[in-house]
Parts: sequence; C-alpha cells; structure tokens
Amino acid sequence: MIKLLLAGVPRTGLLMLAILLALFVALPFFVSDYLVTVLFLILYFAFVGQAWNIMMGFAGQLSLGHALYVGLGAYAAAALYVHFGISPWIGLWASMGISAVAGAIIGFLAFRFGVGGVYFAILTIAFAEFARIGFDHFTWVDGSSGFFLPVANYTENDLWNLRGSTRMFYYLMLGMTVAALLACHALLRSRAGYYWLAIRESPEAAQALGINIFKYKMYAVVLSAAMTSLAGVIFAFFYNNLFPEQIFHISRSIELILAPIIGGVGTLAGPLVGAFLLTALAEGLREVMLQLGVDVPGVKQVFYGICLLLVVMFLPDGVWPPLSKLLGLDRKTPDREG
Amino acid sequence: MFTRGSLVPAEIYLNVAASGLLTGLVYGLMALGLSVIFGVVRVVNFAHGEMMTVAMYIALVLFTAYGLDPLVAMVPIAAVLFAFGYLLQAGLINPFITRPEHSQFMLLVAIALILVNLQLIAFGPDAQGVHTSYSFDSYALGPLIIDASKAYAAIAALVVAAALFAFFRFTLLGKAIRACADNYHGALVVGLNVKHLYALTFGLGAACVGAAGAMLMVVIDVTPSIGPAYTLLAFVIVITGGMGSMPGALLGGVLIGVTEALGGLLFTPSAKSMFAFGLLVLVLLFRPQGILGKKTA
Repeated sequence: MIKLLLAGVPRTGLLMLAILLALFVALPFFVSDYLVTVLFLILYFAFVGQAWNIMMGFAGQLSLGHALYVGLGAYAAAALYVHFGISPWIGLWASMGISAVAGAIIGFLAFRFGVGGVYFAILTIAFAEFARIGFDHFTWVDGSSGFFLPVANYTENDLWNLRGSTRMFYYLMLGMTVAALLACHALLRSRAGYYWLAIRESPEAAQALGINIFKYKMYAVVLSAAMTSLAGVIFAFFYNNLFPEQIFHISRSIELILAPIIGGVGTLAGPLVGAFLLTALAEGLREVMLQLGVDVPGVKQVFYGICLLLVVMFLPDGVWPPLSKLLGLDRKTPDREG
Repeated sequence: MFTRGSLVPAEIYLNVAASGLLTGLVYGLMALGLSVIFGVVRVVNFAHGEMMTVAMYIALVLFTAYGLDPLVAMVPIAAVLFAFGYLLQAGLINPFITRPEHSQFMLLVAIALILVNLQLIAFGPDAQGVHTSYSFDSYALGPLIIDASKAYAAIAALVVAAALFAFFRFTLLGKAIRACADNYHGALVVGLNVKHLYALTFGLGAACVGAAGAMLMVVIDVTPSIGPAYTLLAFVIVITGGMGSMPGALLGGVLIGVTEALGGLLFTPSAKSMFAFGLLVLVLLFRPQGILGKKTA
C-alpha cells in the first residue's frame, strides 16, 4: 500500500509535500480566525476540485453541474440531522448514496448513447438546474426560503455532530483533502486509472483494446459524485444555511471547477495549486476593494472570469505543469503525460 | 378557478398554448443563432444568453433615453451584436478552433462569466422592463385572446429567421459559409477565407440573438441573472430540435415555449423550466440527435 502510494513521486516532491503538510497543520496556531477560514476555503476548493478532476482530468468527461452533488450531499445530511437528529457521520452515507445515484442516472442517460463532450456538459447543467428548481418547491427542506441548521455559541467542539469552531472544520477539511490526494494518486495507478486515461485520450482506441468504456465512465461519475457530496456535508454544517438558489446555482458549478482548470486539469497537484492561487488572489482583491471603498457585487466574478480567460488562452495546461518543471518535479508520471 | 368570464378550461389551455407558441418563436430565433454558430464554427457559444441580455439592456437604455421602441431598435442592436460577435470570433475564438472541445468551452464560460457580472455591476440585480404603447393591447381571434406584444415579437422573429434562411440558401456568401460547415479542408483548398467566414457566422449568430433579445424586451423584464438561464434554454431548444438544423431550432423553440407555458399553467409558474429539462431528458433518451437532427455515427 505504502509502496503504491509512493510510486512515481520524486524525492524532492515528497519533501515539499511533507513541508506543506506540516505548514497546513501548524498554521492555525499562529493566524487569526479569519485567515483560518480562508485556508479552509482553499482546502474546500482543492477537495471538490480533486473530485471533479476524476471525471474531467482522468476520464475526460466535462461536468459543469457538480453543484448538484454538493447540494444533494448538503441537503441530505442537513435534513437528517435537523429532522431526526442523525449525526452527519451517519448522514454522509446517505449523502454519498443519493449523489452516487444522481451521478449514475446522469451517466446512464449520457454514456449509453455516447452523449459526450459539450452535450454531456449541458446535460449535467440541466440536472443541476432541475434540482435547483425542484428544491425551491421541496417543502420538507423549506423550499426557496432556505434550510437552516440550529446554531449556538459553541464553547467546545462536538465532532460527532459537527458543531464547533472554524478550526475543527479546518482540520477536518485538511484530513479530507489529504485523503482525496492520496486516493486519487492511488486511483491513477490502478487498473481503473489507466483505463480512464485511455478513454480520455481516445475512446475508440480504448474500446478497441477491449475496455468497457461505458462501465469505466460510470465508475468515474459515481465516484466523483460521491466524493463531491462529502464536501456538501461539510458545507452544510460549516455555513448552517442552505438555499437552493445558491447551492445548486450554475455559478457554483463553475466556481468549483476553476481551481483544477487554473491549476492543471488531470494533474494531482493542480486542484490544490489552483485553489491556493485563486483564493489568495480573490482575498487580495477583496482587500484592495476594501481599501478603495468599492463595494459592488460581481467584481469578484469578473475577476474570476478574467483569470479563467487568461489561463485558457495562455496556459492551456494550467499553472502546475510549467511550475513543476520549474521546481524540477516534472519526471514523467502517468498523471502528466508528455 | 374557472369562474372568470365565460372561459371554459379548454379555452384557457388553448390561450396559454398560443401564447407559448408566440414566445416560442422568439426563443427559436435565439436558439437559431446558437445553432448557426455550432453548425458552422463547431463551437458551442456558452455566452449566448449573456449576449442576449446585453441586447436587452441596449434596448432598455435606448427605450428609456430616447423612447425608441425595442422592435425598431432591433435593427441597430442586431448590427451592434453582429460586430461584437465578429470581433469575438476573429480575436478570441479563432485561435481556439483547433484546440480540444473543453478548452473552447471554458473560453466561452469565461466570456459568459465576465459579461454577466459586468451587467450586474452596470445595471444592478433588479428586474427592469419597458412599457410600450401596445403593452396592454390584445387581439381577439375567435376564442383566442392574443397579446399584441407577443404577436409583434413573434412576427419579427419569423421575418428575421426567414431572412437568415434566404441568406444561407440564395447568396454566394451564404453558400461559402455552408461550404465551410460541410468541409473545412475543402473550403480551405478552394481558397475560401475560412477565418473571415467563421467570424461572419459568429456575427450572424450574435445578430440573431441580439434581435431576439430586443423582441423579448417587450415581453419580459431583464435582469443579469436571466443570461445563464437563457443560455441553458437555448441549449435545450437546440438539442431538442437537432444541433445544426435551422428548422429544428425554430421547431424546438416553439415546442419548449408551449411546454413551458402549459407546465406553468398546470403546476406553478416558477417550476415551468423543469418541464423544458424534462423534455430534454426525453429527447436525449429516445432521439439523441434531436427531432430534426441527422444521425451521426
């Protein structure tokens, strides 16, 4: 197992990862609550980016509706907690199950007929929008008026019910991000991982080699959906309020794919690098706007749009591939083909 | 519920369906723009609805500042959008033609994101509309009561669509564009300036959506947030009708218009787009190439 996890990672890379991890563990002891929230957001986007990357980066299926799985995961765990007092640690299985089924339905509809590329992307958006409008009228979770989790001033952290401080959520998210990174690293070196890359590069060739492309695309969408829903559970318990108009909105789907695209689609480090760059830049922008006294909604999104535009135009492979070359980490591994 | 006047339920349905049909024709024109762009340039314009709201805001500004009727302003607005589309294709999208599909898509997602939020910054999030002299007029046609605004908009949509059909069918330029769509390399070999023709096509598609935006302005209110919704609606229409099929786009528009109108009547109006998505899923299940689309391998 350990051998599998270490395969194909250069020694300098390991060292950097270790330093980075130590930094992430230590930082909350030295910085303000606000900065911990920012770090939490970086990890959150790195995690969902990693989950999305399984579909797009590994298997080559462009999903633009991942907000669907975040929303379903969030609503399932939150509703079980509020209505029945069920701990999110149990609720998350329901979240993963529901999201996996949703992913399977979309995948089944699309992959059975070879609906791919942009058609698939549009289908994923359509399902997210369908859910958004549906949840607006879903009275069990209070429809469009929003679903709220009970909040109090917590003096101690209740990990079992996920009620507590920002720092608790931060460490939880850190654990999840590390686990996601390790899981994806292992996945890429598994049979399914190699099949996915083959499907991404050439579905026809993959099929000719005897790979059941329908089955492996389904694995990708189900796995990605289930993983994304976990981020939804954290989202629900961290923010304590859920609005269909926000959580299922197309802008959320786009927001959560920015990090892996800017970092580098299909790379393991991409989502983390992208999330870090994007969040740092966005926070910087916020600070500048605060200084200038400008408070206009939409500025942040315009900024995201410009970042995305510049990256797709000038760095079509993302920031990480050239960066890793700079750091001397570009030894050929299966996740970064030539 | 059915006690108002002497209307019987069947007539209500008929009226709502007729109203949906008229709106659907305008939807169809909007989707026609998307279909033309996709059919020729093979790029999916993810900023389609956002471009439409740009047109709507121009119409709004022209109306409030100069009292210009959106159905008249349609002509200059289409010209502005044509120029915008031409420059967008010539400047940003042409270098992306040989890039992978998802890369093109992300480029347009970025443009959409910038457009919608610039509108939010410029005009704010509130819904704004125009009131023309015929806003509350209607025509009685047997049992049907036809809203004048919708009727005018639908007629305008048909005229523009017919002009576009004629352009592609009968002019040399239209033929050249169709040649690019049929065989990219062949078009290059016979000496067509493909990049220029692509830019023209994108301009034409943008002009269609611009005209449709001006027409919709007399029917609905505009907010920046309807942009992404209409992008999606255009996709649903084009996939339903058949990607790349021009009559398919109009048919899809009418179908979606009527479905939404009846869905809104039968259930609640806010859930009406769910029916459009339901239709999309059905089409993808049973006829993935669309109603009038050609089967591809």
